[in-house]
Amino acid sequence: MAFLEFSDISKTYPGVKALSSVSFGVRKGSVHGLMGENGAGKSTLIRLLSGDQRADEGEIRIDGNTQAYASTRDAFDAGVVVVHQELQLVPELSVAENLRLGRFPARGGVVGFRALFEEVGRVLKEIGIDVDPRARVSSLSIGERQMIEIAKAVMIDARVLALDEPTSSLSSRESEVLFRLIDRLRQAGKVIIYVSHRLDEIFRLCDGCTVLRDGRLAAHHETMEVVTRDRLVSEMVGREIADIWGWRPRESGAVRLSVQGLHGPRVPEPASFEARAGEILGFFGLVGAGRSELMRLVYGADQPNGGSVALDGAPLALGSPRRSIRAGLVLCPEDRKADGIVQGRSVGENVVIASRRHYSPLGVINPRREASVADRFIEALRIRTPSRRQDIVNLSGGNQQKVILARWLSEPGINVLIVDEPTRGIDVGAKAEIYDILYRLAEQGVAIVVVSSELPEVMGISDRILVMCERRIAAEFKRGEFTEGVLLAAALPDRQTPQTAAQRA
Amino acid sequence: MTATLKRVLLGEQGLLVIFVLAFAVVSLTVPNFLSERNILGLLQSVVTIGIVACTMMFCLASRDFDLSVGSIVAFAGMVAVMVSNSTGSIPLGLLAALLAGTLVGLVNGVVIAKLHINALITTLATMQIVRGLALLASDGRAVGINDPTFYSLALSRFLGIPTPVWIMAALFVVFAFVLNRTVFGRNTLAIGGNPEASRLAGVDVDWSRIWIFALQGLVCAVAGILLASRITSGQPNAATGLELSVISACVLGGVSLAGGRASMSGVIVGVMILGIAENVMNLLNIQAFYQYLVRGSILLLAVLLDNLRTRALVRR
Ligand SMILES: Nc1ncnc2c1ncn2[C@@H]1O[C@H](COP(=O)(O)OP(=O)(O)OP(=O)(O)O)[C@@H](O)[C@H]1O
Ligand SMILES: [Mg+2]
Repeated sequence: MAFLEFSDISKTYPGVKALSSVSFGVRKGSVHGLMGENGAGKSTLIRLLSGDQRADEGEIRIDGNTQAYASTRDAFDAGVVVVHQELQLVPELSVAENLRLGRFPARGGVVGFRALFEEVGRVLKEIGIDVDPRARVSSLSIGERQMIEIAKAVMIDARVLALDEPTSSLSSRESEVLFRLIDRLRQAGKVIIYVSHRLDEIFRLCDGCTVLRDGRLAAHHETMEVVTRDRLVSEMVGREIADIWGWRPRESGAVRLSVQGLHGPRVPEPASFEARAGEILGFFGLVGAGRSELMRLVYGADQPNGGSVALDGAPLALGSPRRSIRAGLVLCPEDRKADGIVQGRSVGENVVIASRRHYSPLGVINPRREASVADRFIEALRIRTPSRRQDIVNLSGGNQQKVILARWLSEPGINVLIVDEPTRGIDVGAKAEIYDILYRLAEQGVAIVVVSSELPEVMGISDRILVMCERRIAAEFKRGEFTEGVLLAAALPDRQTPQTAAQRA
Repeated sequence: MTATLKRVLLGEQGLLVIFVLAFAVVSLTVPNFLSERNILGLLQSVVTIGIVACTMMFCLASRDFDLSVGSIVAFAGMVAVMVSNSTGSIPLGLLAALLAGTLVGLVNGVVIAKLHINALITTLATMQIVRGLALLASDGRAVGINDPTFYSLALSRFLGIPTPVWIMAALFVVFAFVLNRTVFGRNTLAIGGNPEASRLAGVDVDWSRIWIFALQGLVCAVAGILLASRITSGQPNAATGLELSVISACVLGGVSLAGGRASMSGVIVGVMILGIAENVMNLLNIQAFYQYLVRGSILLLAVLLDNLRTRALVRR
């Protein structure tokens, strides 16, 4: 008997049928995977479950009772806790305050901070999250923030827990902490809905799974016993994908990007590396290893304290993204919500914001040209949107990511492309397409730097990998030399032996 | 029923609907409202607000704020009159006024963008400094215009319509173009939507903000010159409280205080709604004190509407 039931759920947004009569049930004490392409309707279903939005038709039942909640508060009271795809923490407050927001331990209106910190510290330790409860959320990495968000859900004794792509910014070690937590919750008899694009996680965690395609139920599996990877992929994308990486050998040319002794506030030790024309250089490391920080210095998003960057031998003025772009160096940032999308503006505008200067004489824009560029990329990357005029905040997470990629792919004359977690939240089908685009750019002589925490991804597409550990470049491997083991060993701080490393990773 | 009502009022054209309804009601019920004389008077009366709203729209759209506009209008008027009087050359006076206005705007922009001081605080400070300068320059008294050519500026007409109204209309057209069809305008909206993402996409955020404030100063000077010409003198106390009317008009016109959303047509409608409210109260001989109540209520309503609209956008 299913404990949580969705029955004939439909939801329409202006111009988009996000869900059409979706029905399925989940047993008590089980983890249920929810999968599908970008824009398939996964987050929409989660939003309905969280009471944030209401279904047009159909109902949700928990333990046989129809839920008629009108707000997130009601859902909360019914024991439903949801961790959304986009983080919802207050950056200016401490970790502890975020975890107890709205429910501070207080006497006469005065917050008992000591009690608060102690309590939260205890809970964090218990669930295995190594973060100071006093730290401000704004000082944490995205991965750490994600863990806090999950801890928030655990602190409340929920009956139903829904996680929307919780590991998309976690390292494998942090993911493992989360998985153990989920295992424990399963044993405690909770119902857990788990959304992810990572198939290995689905197989590692889930007792059953449901696949959505274009808002419809494409498949429902009560158990994972007979389900194979290939079958899931074809259920999701409606076709077979032979080799998702599709790496092919390439000639690499002269040095395009040369970074010498670059250091800054969050990369204390000078870092040096080079990337060649036609090369795909991977940067691997644990979350917090300093990869994104280093890339931000290279691009000029942050002001370095010293060092130099040269493009094709010509020195680059540091500290100005604008000048970097003009010199042909671009960065697709890690944090899509804070640094990527321009909220409130259309999809089209978000695509052309950087490249429009090439066809805007005297600063007057060319709407027709902009429209054709935007439409071309919407089609090429299969961005799911009713039109280029749609406000970007209405797109699903993976589709927003594609728009940001399109922003840089539409920039003519790039020499160096740095992508930080390029496929975060992107479905398998689209991943393969994005890798293919990267290969094509490399074949045209672009030097590509890929920062990724997903080990299979870095290994799958890189020609060479640099590993960062504790804010230093720690090791270098060429294709053929790297294996999971050596990469992880290099990524872990010295104080650990390879054995514990393998366990932790 | 309420759903459709909500959709109409909070949608793109909601404001226009309100405006047309209000206009129809007022035309039918208030005597003399539709007379040519009154309509021209109405247009004349919104010139200052209308002109300043053009650039205030940019300011708000990029998530900034400018409280110093009223003071700049008064100061620029003073400069225009005093320089004209002392040099005997009106073009020189106008040029000096335009420069003075731009300079104040530039100072605002540089302090806000480069020194990263909050726009509210910065312009609150310059608002008082500039008003102080205007008072000091004239010893607190109004300065009359010597050369009648100066005040014929506001009295002259073209095709029966006063020149200041033409200037306002021209600025509406220019700034609608700048907002919608130039990289500068699109960048302004992008900055309002997400300043950090815009910077990382290569938008020169600091430069844009400085430009916006400098333009705001320049446009305030234009408004100041026209105002001085209309009241035939430079008044150090002119245009007090202008900033609030202008911001009300913009917000009423759908410019989001959270940045990223603005349209010229909306702002024009916002300006007209404020103008009509005031005009009608004058026609109906309502005591001036009540006008404060009405203006305040309109502002409150505008913010409420902005809030509802933002929430409707998020909810969708
Ligand atoms: N507020 C909204 N307004 C309009 N359309 C929306 C809104 N929210 C979602 N949509 C649309 O509904 C569809 C389903 O979106 P949803 O976020 O559920 O996808 P998803 O399966 O979670 O995708 P992803 O894997 O990219 O996160 C998408 O086409 C999206 O563009
Ligand atoms: Mg989603």
